[in-house]
Amino acid sequence: MRLLLALLLVFSVGAWAAPTPEDRLSAVFEAIEANRLDEAMQRVDALIQEHPNFRLAHLVRGDLLLARGRPLETFGNVAKTVPAEKVEGLRNEAFARLRALRSRPGEDRLPRYVLQLHAEQKHVLVVDSRRSRLYVFANAQGRPQLIADYYVTIGKNGIEKTRQGDQKTPLGVYHVTANLPRNKLTDFYGAGAFPINYPNEWDRRQGRNGYGIWLHGVPRDVYARPPRASDGCIVLSNPDLESVARHVQVGLTPVIIADEVEWADAASIETERKTLAATFEQWRADWQSRNTDRYLAHYSERFASGGQNLAAWAAHKRKVNGAKQWIKVGTSRVAMFRYPRERDFVVVTFDQDYRSDGLSNVMRKRQYWVKEGASWKIIYEGAG
Amino acid sequence: MLSFAARLGWMLIALGLALPALADEVQDAAKLLKAGQHRQALDLVNKVLKAKPKDAQARFLKGLILTEQGNAKEAIEIFTQLTKDYPELPEPYNNLAVIYASQGQYDRARAALEQSIRTHPSYATAYENLGDVYAKLASQAYDKALQIDSSNTAAKNKLSLVRELVGRPSPTVVAAAPKEPAKEPAKPPVVAEKAKPAPEKPAPAPAADPSAEVLKTVNAWADAWSKKNADAYLAHYARDFKTPGKETRAEWEKNRRARITAPKSISVSIAAPKVTMNGADRATVRFRQNYKSDVLKSNSQKTLVLVKSDGAWKIVEEKSG
Repeated sequence: MRLLLALLLVFSVGAWAAPTPEDRLSAVFEAIEANRLDEAMQRVDALIQEHPNFRLAHLVRGDLLLARGRPLETFGNVAKTVPAEKVEGLRNEAFARLRALRSRPGEDRLPRYVLQLHAEQKHVLVVDSRRSRLYVFANAQGRPQLIADYYVTIGKNGIEKTRQGDQKTPLGVYHVTANLPRNKLTDFYGAGAFPINYPNEWDRRQGRNGYGIWLHGVPRDVYARPPRASDGCIVLSNPDLESVARHVQVGLTPVIIADEVEWADAASIETERKTLAATFEQWRADWQSRNTDRYLAHYSERFASGGQNLAAWAAHKRKVNGAKQWIKVGTSRVAMFRYPRERDFVVVTFDQDYRSDGLSNVMRKRQYWVKEGASWKIIYEGAG
Repeated sequence: MLSFAARLGWMLIALGLALPALADEVQDAAKLLKAGQHRQALDLVNKVLKAKPKDAQARFLKGLILTEQGNAKEAIEIFTQLTKDYPELPEPYNNLAVIYASQGQYDRARAALEQSIRTHPSYATAYENLGDVYAKLASQAYDKALQIDSSNTAAKNKLSLVRELVGRPSPTVVAAAPKEPAKEPAKPPVVAEKAKPAPEKPAPAPAADPSAEVLKTVNAWADAWSKKNADAYLAHYARDFKTPGKETRAEWEKNRRARITAPKSISVSIAAPKVTMNGADRATVRFRQNYKSDVLKSNSQKTLVLVKSDGAWKIVEEKSG
């Protein structure tokens, strides 16, 4: 029994990381709420000792000190004349951190966007812009499982990037395209950077431009930046970026950026996934059957790909398919994500193994599906 | 540092009264210091110390002279040694704190003042100084939060502004932190305890109600204090009032007078009073005392015990906290 306890203890120490600076700040707030002000002071002093660049902690310490001599009028009771946005930025950071810690998604709640992960995608990152939060989900047999979440900074002007220089963070489904280590970057980007593929095919089709949207760290002299302070990048504190970095696979890890994450239960997500998977399978089977009418029925009137509209696409496919004796289409490594904000809009990425009596090839493909009436239709298809 | 310096001088008087066996030379030296003749004062006090090197008053005075002369290093040595030899005296701690504060060492100043208050819980000067030091420390913390360079001159000017702000009447907002938010975004708690606004002055109650009479007396006491009317204030205390510590009535009165007359302005109000009658002629009143002066703002719990004699309620005990 004692051995078991000891083992449990060892296991739990191993499994539970040391409290993060954010956890510790939260403990300071708890002490303040319980009116244990001396304890709050001790906690914030210890936190600052270890993280002297944690500006928000200094602000709280200022309040705790000032409160000993006089009642406070506000959180962050700075008496000096300073630019209002400086104090406001720290206040907002406090709100965002507290809110995220106190209203974590329930155990059974999952982001509605993650319909299906493929086996090699070990993790998926989901950003809730309104909550200034990045959630890391592990791929547990195809189903996302929340393993960590972090405070993040987004664009000064919020989300839905459309133009270069608009200082907004894009909203959509992206993936990490590169890993830029600290030694390749200036101090501004801190512990490292992970560019994402903005603008993606859908963004370009919508006429959105701009470039250089990264996940990155912070300069040495700060622990974190205010919730809205970047030029569109997603910014994490350096220790947090390092934690996230352990889960990132270049070219594979999806980064879904939402306004406010929609949470759903696993069952309803599974229902939707099944419907889409069946439609997708039907598309594959119809292609393989060389019944081009049925195959083309999967494409939307609004379909477009690389300069081809539906008519051009249909004409091309009729010509190619009609000339074949046989076609075999295999799909594997299928991932499906619902797009944030857009209504019934899903991006499907997969390996396509095409064989026929004339030509065979294997490629990574991406399709965007939209729901038109009761059925799902392909609105874009291209190399992914 | 002007107010600190002023309070240093004060300390001298306070100590002089506390230790009546003051040698003539030391008294003369004190007069010289007051007249700004630092060198002569130092010579005289050194003469005393040659004969009586352990003399506490002489050492204390020497510390003051050195402070006035700007010899912080030696002044610190003297006051530090005094705190070791007389840990029960709050004044050396206080003066140490004043010197540390003048050097910008607010953490040390704070520690010394907290020590001073620990030895003498009712030591008003230390409280006032501590209020200033906390404001300075808070200002430094805010500077770090906002990445403002505290060392530049502009910041220093603003620092002294902060001190003035401390005593400025300001709305006492301050609510307790919100509990677990349901749908509303969480707000970081505002530090400080819940303070209720002081109630309007109670309407004159019928004389038949003894607790109303008691309350009226307490309000009159606060009113006299606010008006800095020391005579009226002291008149509220019974002849057999229990003075704190080992202070004699005379010493206590002198200190109180000084405390009331020193600030430029004072405002004291009573909040949430609770009167408990202990028989017809004795009452205990607990309340929150909102004290504001040009140098300090404090909100503390106070208990007064009053006894009725010759038809008037008088304070026989006073407790803070």
